Amino acid sequence: MRLTTVTLGTSLALGLLASTAAFAVDTTRLAPKDAAFSFQGPFGTYDRGALQRGYQVYKEVCSACHSAQHLAFHNLTEAGGPEFTEAQARALAAAAKVPAEPNDKGETTDDKGAPLMRSATLADHFPSPYPNENAARANNGSALPPDLSMIVKAREGGPQYVYSILTGFGGHAPAGFKVTDGKYYNPYFEGWNISMPPPLKDGTVTYSDGTKATVDQEAHDVVTFLAWASEPKLEERKRFGFGVMVFLVVLAGLLFAAYRRVWKDAH
Amino acid sequence: MSGPSTYNPKSGFERWLDTRLPLPRLLHDTIHTFPTPRNLNIWYTFGGILTFCLAIQIVTGIVLAMHYVANATLAFDSVESIMRDVNYGWLIRYMHSNGASMFFLAVYIHMFRGLYYGSYKAPRELIWIIGVLIYLLMMATAFFGYVLPWGQMSFWGATVITNLFSAIPVVGNHIATWLWGDFAVGDATLNRFFSLHYLLPFIIAAVVGLHIWALHVPGNNNPLGIDVKSPQDTVPFHPYYTVKDAFYLVLFVIFYALFVFYWPDFFGNPDNYQQANPLVTPPDIVPEWYLLPFYAMLRSIPNKLLGVIVMFGAIATLVFIPWLDTSRVRSCRFRPLMKQFFWAFLVACVLLGYCGGQSVDAARFGIPLVWVARIASIYYYVFFWLIMPIVGLIETPKKLPASIAQSVLGDTAAAPAE
Amino acid sequence: MAATTHDAGTRRDFLYVASGAMGAVGVAAIAWPFVDQMNPSTAALALASTEVDLSTVQPGQQVIVKWRGHPLFVRRRTPAEIASAKAVDVNSLPDPLAYNDNLPDNSPATDANRAIKPEWLILIGVCTHLGCTPTVSTPQMPEGDYGGWLCHCHGSQYDTAGRIRKGPAPRNLQVPPYSFLSATRIKVG
Repeated sequence: MRLTTVTLGTSLALGLLASTAAFAVDTTRLAPKDAAFSFQGPFGTYDRGALQRGYQVYKEVCSACHSAQHLAFHNLTEAGGPEFTEAQARALAAAAKVPAEPNDKGETTDDKGAPLMRSATLADHFPSPYPNENAARANNGSALPPDLSMIVKAREGGPQYVYSILTGFGGHAPAGFKVTDGKYYNPYFEGWNISMPPPLKDGTVTYSDGTKATVDQEAHDVVTFLAWASEPKLEERKRFGFGVMVFLVVLAGLLFAAYRRVWKDAH
Repeated sequence: MSGPSTYNPKSGFERWLDTRLPLPRLLHDTIHTFPTPRNLNIWYTFGGILTFCLAIQIVTGIVLAMHYVANATLAFDSVESIMRDVNYGWLIRYMHSNGASMFFLAVYIHMFRGLYYGSYKAPRELIWIIGVLIYLLMMATAFFGYVLPWGQMSFWGATVITNLFSAIPVVGNHIATWLWGDFAVGDATLNRFFSLHYLLPFIIAAVVGLHIWALHVPGNNNPLGIDVKSPQDTVPFHPYYTVKDAFYLVLFVIFYALFVFYWPDFFGNPDNYQQANPLVTPPDIVPEWYLLPFYAMLRSIPNKLLGVIVMFGAIATLVFIPWLDTSRVRSCRFRPLMKQFFWAFLVACVLLGYCGGQSVDAARFGIPLVWVARIASIYYYVFFWLIMPIVGLIETPKKLPASIAQSVLGDTAAAPAE
Repeated sequence: MAATTHDAGTRRDFLYVASGAMGAVGVAAIAWPFVDQMNPSTAALALASTEVDLSTVQPGQQVIVKWRGHPLFVRRRTPAEIASAKAVDVNSLPDPLAYNDNLPDNSPATDANRAIKPEWLILIGVCTHLGCTPTVSTPQMPEGDYGGWLCHCHGSQYDTAGRIRKGPAPRNLQVPPYSFLSATRIKVG
């Protein structure tokens, strides 16, 4: 009878668990596409080329509306990331403008009221396209383009979700569903109405390494970059983890042998 | 079992120290020679594992506090700075967040062990009650700690749980405002939660000391639930249980390391990687997994005050277990009827946990989950308040072995399976 | 029950020692991250280097820039100031060493060893006595007798190469590691 109770109870619990795809119940958003990325799995690493191309996509397309305030230019040179050289990163930083410190007169704006800007250095974080949330909303039909530093970790479905959003435009809304004015149809987004216009087309960017810039490629590259932005320590973590696991398994083996030795005569 | 010490200082330094502060003697008696039943199984290793978890949380926590800023504007960014800029900050943070989950996993196994083998029964009632106190302190610590990263779940979880206090009639709203230090969860709340989160683990450590001290008076229970009758029933804690605990601890650490290094966000919620926004409520507010069963109980009652009472009552019930169980037999190994109800209780807890993680109006196989939670909650109460007292009186236990030694050494086969 | 017999003693001892040693190694290995986390983070290290734009500094003028939490003196010397610094006999100085992070430790405090390009003097603006910030001497507002700096805290006086000449400070002002990225831009640190 004990076995029956346990079996029934376990089957009930397992059945309930199996009948849902994820913790949060959402009935409208389509399940994310099944895209593969090089950084997934216990030995996954970031594809250096994809990271550098992805940075280009972020810089040329996304940064117009989306900030990535947790990223600093010196992160671009660090191991485990795009690994630009210091000179390259310095140049990328210099091309960006950040608010300048007050000048000798104590002013932070020029004669016309525009904020004083200076070139960014490696120590600076990526500048935001807008000075504050209100400005961001005013320029985007009262929608707030989210910061992208952690977008891959901040969304259920992770890189597959972001990839699906970026490549999920262009379909035809099914009969009976009306797209809200000012929004765009994307069935991978909760509610199917997304405020962001389709950001990627074939050839939106021209890759400096000659890779063909299809929507799929651009999305794959920028999602790799954004995954790194969310998890810059991924490669270090997995490398360290491998060493730890090997060490622990060997230690467990030694301790098991010691345990059997100690207890041999006690039974 | 406590008794006269057999400690004999072996060096001049040990003698010098022992006559001034009997620490060597204490260590000798509690960790070296302490007579421990020879039949303890894997489920008895979790006490040591829990001590390890507490130490890990304290060490990683103190180090995180060197970099964390408890201010509503800066907290979220300071955690990200730990993850990105602080040397090995990512490792220490992931050890701390996953360590909390491991801590609760171990404590639930430890508690279920106590229930199954009757470790709460006389003369160990106070060990059990001190344990409930530790559990309460752990839940408070974890709740405060989860607020600190100041993500969406941090903020809204704090809002929901502190709002529970407003259910108390007459003084409820005043208590909630007093807890917040403001008219809603905010910077004042965050600061005091950080202070309390730093304080409580040290109180837990002290209460754990009491827990172990209380245990060392009667000595450990064992899977047979029968008393130690002679020295043949026991082995010295060292080397038998030091090596066994060390081995199982390493296995546990392997399990822990899998999460820290390969699935570090498995137990977390993606919404907490978004900074707290008091103006935007996430579609589903969910606490960390280890609080889900009680969350499910709370939500299954449509009345706010009653829900709070049912939830806190479920935790308070634990204190009375030593007196609710009327059986003279401790271990469920020899209680065929109680065993069934125990497993059903485990299933009920798992079901409650599952329901707590789903949205309130979810349904599976056409059954609204709120009804599953209600039935499981009813069973929870019935298990402690009706089944424990009644089954103890009506059940016919199996025949107990004559002694631990006879059970372990008398058989030529390996120790009996459950 | 007595402990196990000793015929298996050696093998068990080896296991014990090996397990214990491995455990200790593991603890030491995992302890390193907890020690290293107190070292400057990559954010602090990113600020360890500063670039300074020299184009706005006039001859005879000094600007102060923050570097690694300290004031950094960036002084554009006039030909007269350079000449007076070169004219000093190094052996007569209270402190004959250059204290230039760009050169070996025992380099003498000649003017050439105090500046990569004679026109630009880059010094850490911390008095080597007790840490105050010395005040710069200009023709319009002279400070001290040597045309360099005067520290108002306890009267130390530095010359136009930042070398201590009079007063309680024991050492010349420190020259930080720096290099010219272009004629008008230096990278310090």
